[in-house]
Amino acid sequence: MQLLQVEKLTKHFGGLTAVSGVDLEVERGEILGLIGPNGAGKTTLFNLISGTFAPNAGKIIFNGESIGGLKPNYICRKGLVRTFQTVKIFPEMTVFQNVLMGSLFGSEGKSWPEATGQAREILDFTGLSHLSDVPAGSLTLVNQKRVEVARALATRPQMLLLDELMAGLNPAEVAEAMELVTRIRERGITIIMIEHVMKAIMNICKRIIVLHHGKKIIEGTPEEISTNKTVIEIYLGEEEQAHAGS
Amino acid sequence: MTNLSMTVKKNIPYIAISVLILALLAAVPFFSKPYTVVLLKNILMFAALTLSWALFSGPTGYISLATAAFYGVGIYTAAYLGKVLPLPVMVLCGGLASFLLALIIGAITLRLRGIYFAIFTLSSVELIKQVLHWFEITVLGTRGRPVVKISNTTVYYVVLLIVVLLMVTTYFLKRSRYGLAMSSIGSCEDAAAHIGINVTWVKVLTFALSSFFIGLTGATTATGLIYIDSHIAFDLNYSFFPTLMAIFGGIGNVFGPVIGAAVFSYLREILITRFPYAYMIIFGAVMILTILYLPNGIIGLVQTIKDKVLGGKDATASSRKVN
Ligand SMILES: Nc1ncnc2c1ncn2[C@@H]1O[C@H](COP(=O)(O)OP(=O)(O)OP(=O)(O)O)[C@@H](O)[C@H]1O
Ligand SMILES: [Mg+2]
Repeated sequence: MQLLQVEKLTKHFGGLTAVSGVDLEVERGEILGLIGPNGAGKTTLFNLISGTFAPNAGKIIFNGESIGGLKPNYICRKGLVRTFQTVKIFPEMTVFQNVLMGSLFGSEGKSWPEATGQAREILDFTGLSHLSDVPAGSLTLVNQKRVEVARALATRPQMLLLDELMAGLNPAEVAEAMELVTRIRERGITIIMIEHVMKAIMNICKRIIVLHHGKKIIEGTPEEISTNKTVIEIYLGEEEQAHAGS
Repeated sequence: MTNLSMTVKKNIPYIAISVLILALLAAVPFFSKPYTVVLLKNILMFAALTLSWALFSGPTGYISLATAAFYGVGIYTAAYLGKVLPLPVMVLCGGLASFLLALIIGAITLRLRGIYFAIFTLSSVELIKQVLHWFEITVLGTRGRPVVKISNTTVYYVVLLIVVLLMVTTYFLKRSRYGLAMSSIGSCEDAAAHIGINVTWVKVLTFALSSFFIGLTGATTATGLIYIDSHIAFDLNYSFFPTLMAIFGGIGNVFGPVIGAAVFSYLREILITRFPYAYMIIFGAVMILTILYLPNGIIGLVQTIKDKVLGGKDATASSRKVN
């Protein structure tokens, strides 16, 4: 069975339709890539699925249950969690406390020792143990992003939505992040990732969806996407322009 | 709860000092002049209001200016129920009435953030005041009511008890799971909501808890007022003073609001008698200087000095970039 099914999902902001009748399905255990030019509606789609905003129309079925319009805290407790494009950590808290918050509140009825044990395990898994006692706000961007992922993992999700995890990272850091994403999938967690870093998305994802002006343009394997004429025009073309310009 | 007993152990000096001060305060009515009792009662009342304010606004970062509304509800409870109920029951009713009102105001206003929340809470005081005024004049055909007088010493002890309750509640709440949820809202509300915290519920409930204590304080201290009407009971100063006192004292720990309230209300007492016309000006100047030069209040200053003297690691840790 599909872990996530989205049908005809739509969101308006005033006169603008940020997400327009989007359908998508995600298999348990897969990594789905979500790409599209700036303003295509990728983040808005995540905001709808994770409960940040309620959709204007359409259905979101997670694990056979309708979650459209639920508050984010309920959706998180059902096992669907996300990270943010602009990092949202608790800057005054230590790295350990940030992750502990995920394990304390992400699922019901956990005791302190259980939650601390779980936070430690996640810190280990994400390679943050040596930074446990550092205030998260004083970390570099790449580590703050890692903390956010760690905190999300600590909620024990079945599905993780990653919004531009690799943006702003240098090539070595991108490689590390790709390795982390692969290991998260190996833990049995299903992933949807929004990414502008093509190398990452083409390497990790078996399937990619392209959004443009809020609509799903095409869906396919990395080969299909990278050779598709429309995609090259609207997306890869634009990237080349950006590269040529810079 | 082993980590609880550990925190208690670590804080033994503070607990010892607190118990000593408490014993001294409890003994005051036995050996001092009536004026001292009244002065200390007023200071304790402001300490109670400031602690209540800081209980909610401190960790969540939502600046509430509704204190006067809940204080006024406490006062009106005393005016209406003071004759028919014994003091402890009447005071509890004041707390509960404020608690319920806060649930309503909270549910309406806590979806607003930042300055909008502050302005709405402030407006709620004015709204309640005017509605009550209208109701008394047109429906009851009266204005204001007398309040049953209770001895200053009794009031003093009840307010002291409220302050102690507030300090203990604040202390343990801060170290609980619920307290972590509260401060995560102040730190990054969006993140808190997305990792499973019911932010609406935590905000509304904490707001109501804080208002419960404000209501208790209002119902207790109203007994010293003799006569009240809606303008006396819902005086906006009771919204501004606790906020200013908390900022002045610092909200970093449980002693900040108490110190802020003590210094501030003592200062106010002196300034009112010495400079009855200029006192608000001096007051304003002190506040501006505090906000400019002591952003973490008196407690923040004490902490900085302590760190410097001990060559503290904490002071540098937060300014260092770590990879
Ligand atoms: N809260 C909001 N209110 C109003 N408009 C919004 C809001 N959020 C997004 N939009 C608009 O919706 C459109 C889609 O934005 P979205 O952030 O989803 O794009 P994106 O695909 O994530 O882009 P990027 O690659 O730049 O992150 C944009 O035109 C944006 O301005
Ligand atoms: Mg985006």
